[in-house]
Amino acid sequence: MTTAYNDRAGPFTHAPTSVSKTMFTVLAALTPATLFNLWMFGWPAIFLFLVTVGSCVALEFLCVRIAGGSPEGAIGDGSVLITGWLLAVSLPPWAPWWVGVVAAVFAVALAKHAFGGLGQNVFNPAMVGRVVVLVSFPVQMTAWVAPRPLFSAGAPGFVESLGTTFGRNVSLDSISAASPLGFVKTELARGIPVDQSIVNVPGLADLLLGFHPGSMGEASVPLVLAGGLYLMWKRIISWHIPVSLLGTLFLMGTLFHAVDPARYAGGLFHLITGASFLGAFFIATDYVTSPVSKQGQIVFGIGIGLLTWIIRTYAGYPEGMAFAVLLMNALTPILDQHFRPRVFGRTRKGQPLPVKGDQ
Amino acid sequence: MRLFPVRGGIHPDYRKERTSESAIVALPLPAALYIPLQQHIGAASEAVVAVGDVVKKGQIVARSGGVVSAASHAPTSGRVAAVTDFTAPHPSGLPQPTIVIEPDGRDEWAADLPPGIDDPFAADPKAIRDRVAASGIVGMGGAAFPSAVKLNLGTQHKLETLLINGAECEPYLTCDDRLMREFAAEVVDGARVMAHALGAPRVVVGIETNKPQAIEAMTRAAAAFPDVTVVGVPVQYPMGSERHLTQAITGRETPARKLTADLGVVVHNVATARAVHHAVRFGRPLVRRVVTVSGGAIARPANVEAPLGTLVSELVAFCGGFSQPPRRVVNGGPMMGQPLPSLEVPVVKGMSGILALTLDETDEKPSQPCIRCGSCVTICPCGLVPVEMAAFIRHDNLDGAAKSGVMDCVSCGSCSYICPSHIPLVHFFNYAKGALNAKDRERRHLDQIKALAESHALRVEKQAAAKKAAAAAAAAARAQAAAAPLTDDDKANA
Repeated sequence: MTTAYNDRAGPFTHAPTSVSKTMFTVLAALTPATLFNLWMFGWPAIFLFLVTVGSCVALEFLCVRIAGGSPEGAIGDGSVLITGWLLAVSLPPWAPWWVGVVAAVFAVALAKHAFGGLGQNVFNPAMVGRVVVLVSFPVQMTAWVAPRPLFSAGAPGFVESLGTTFGRNVSLDSISAASPLGFVKTELARGIPVDQSIVNVPGLADLLLGFHPGSMGEASVPLVLAGGLYLMWKRIISWHIPVSLLGTLFLMGTLFHAVDPARYAGGLFHLITGASFLGAFFIATDYVTSPVSKQGQIVFGIGIGLLTWIIRTYAGYPEGMAFAVLLMNALTPILDQHFRPRVFGRTRKGQPLPVKGDQ
Repeated sequence: MRLFPVRGGIHPDYRKERTSESAIVALPLPAALYIPLQQHIGAASEAVVAVGDVVKKGQIVARSGGVVSAASHAPTSGRVAAVTDFTAPHPSGLPQPTIVIEPDGRDEWAADLPPGIDDPFAADPKAIRDRVAASGIVGMGGAAFPSAVKLNLGTQHKLETLLINGAECEPYLTCDDRLMREFAAEVVDGARVMAHALGAPRVVVGIETNKPQAIEAMTRAAAAFPDVTVVGVPVQYPMGSERHLTQAITGRETPARKLTADLGVVVHNVATARAVHHAVRFGRPLVRRVVTVSGGAIARPANVEAPLGTLVSELVAFCGGFSQPPRRVVNGGPMMGQPLPSLEVPVVKGMSGILALTLDETDEKPSQPCIRCGSCVTICPCGLVPVEMAAFIRHDNLDGAAKSGVMDCVSCGSCSYICPSHIPLVHFFNYAKGALNAKDRERRHLDQIKALAESHALRVEKQAAAKKAAAAAAAAARAQAAAAPLTDDDKANA
């Protein structure tokens, strides 16, 4: 006999699944929206994207090397590419290079590897990176620009863009603009009711396509949605988190808008502005930091939708998706404890089911 | 017939087409047959033959060794060459007592086999159970639980349904499929006899719908019997699990730590039903079984009816040997089967398949970290949270795993199958179940010792107290006698 037969237990067949297959399917789903985003925001966005993803990969290499693992294997599984990718599209497209690098350090080195690497982190690494730079560098992180599609009139050229991303003391004041959520919030603070300011934001079609100032990932709702549906079709994600999240956000917006249109933006506005779709399909659904049971996922999605709406409506920041995701990440272990499937043959409380006629 | 949904499960690549169209072929008599004394769940059987004895086909060679045990019979006529230790078809590769029979080539049935029961439905159910016990029949779907014990369930439970398990949800295996296609009448008759023994008024045969010819053949065979229903159940592994098949067909969920019999349902495999037919109608004990020999490394996959005790190597050689070196040789299906330590092990009663699998088929990869994707939670047919149980067991927190429900796991392996990180989840659970059972046995053993020690101490104390009391009473009597002069009355009493 030439074969080592019994050094391993069954099953002796396996589904065609693997970690890298999962991760690269997610990347494929993100690609169309991201290509559109990069085109729309031009060279500076492309540079920032490359710097951010590159930093994340380099840090992954370093951290795994220090921990004594196989860096090639760790990068090959694709998880760090997703982190870097999502982090990049959550930044203002014309932010300077060091914003991407600092965010990458917090995302990969601290949020992921300090907790033990893949699968061990409590918080979504990309969102930790984004929130740290948002809190630390509010000026750079809120300097949005209106889209200037690649090769269109008024778009910055290659060299000029190098200056934007890598140059020093670039002032974006002249070209910066507010994102729709930010605009409505500032106007409200100035005493202008929401129903009056909202007519000045781009129209529905522009909002949907993303022709408005904002981070890359906030653009192009249809492409993000298509990517999300593709992931559902591939059974990488299920409907539970996206539907409960977007549903809650829409419901809260609609309800409060009906009560006081001057104070509250409508449900549809909440859905198609900000990072609602990207968050619902690609960020909140991160496996590691979301609950494992479907019941838990629904509560998790509702929580993020609710917190996002609250932060957008009452807090100092115009967009609350990243904060909401992180807050619910902290609750994930508790949700996992409390929301679990009912065990076969047992009641929800874990007692054996009564035998009929025994009661 | 209305069916009921079953939670979770998987849809593996079935690869049944490799053997599903090959009719059952009989294996020529091998040079030697090896009959292990432990082919079933329960106590080992006891050899009743000695070296040199001449045996006939069907003659008992080992008698049942306890309440839960089963007899074994000579699969052919010949001579007992040895009663010795021989490698068992178990992953450990450990030897166990085995009767070795050298066939004489005449394959003669013993003359003193019990006669067939002409009208089993008029017979006392106990006579049928006794016949099944005497014939050494065990569950042939793989569990190898003594069938006579299971047929006794009717004496303690009010049974409504005998469920005949023709789901055959394991990939590759087609032995039950072929059996139902080729011997449908025998299976139906055996099932009806078992229902009579159980006192169950109806028989339902559950067959996964990926076996349409088997469903058709069985439906035809059952047409004459209004008490027998044949139903196609969804193709969803592990549909062949007793509890899950019961749920699919009756809609009722077996409570934890109870039997399906508590719901009025008893489940038996189709091959078991056929063996009962032979035992009851013709008095023939269980001496052969159909084995699916398949897998990418087998030159000519087939369904082979082999005498029990045939070496697996002979089965493989009969099927053309290996077309390439296999990565694994598995006893049973690829989901719940056990790896074989060697090919020089005998075919036993519960062996439904021998699979020689290539690396392509087993798709073995090193484990990666868990990414908490939750697939295992979604597909677990028992509603467990495998990712959590595995985390407990990894830290040797067996109590945590038990609280999380590991003892409710049926070891179907769906979680390991689906895991993108290739974590051997079900292996963790089998380990934990073994360790928890050992702990439980230890605890019960200690409790018993404690109870004995306590009752011993109590007894000693009682004896000492009694002695003391007696001594005190005697002393008091003496003192009294010394202190008080005897009265007349006392004298009279004394």
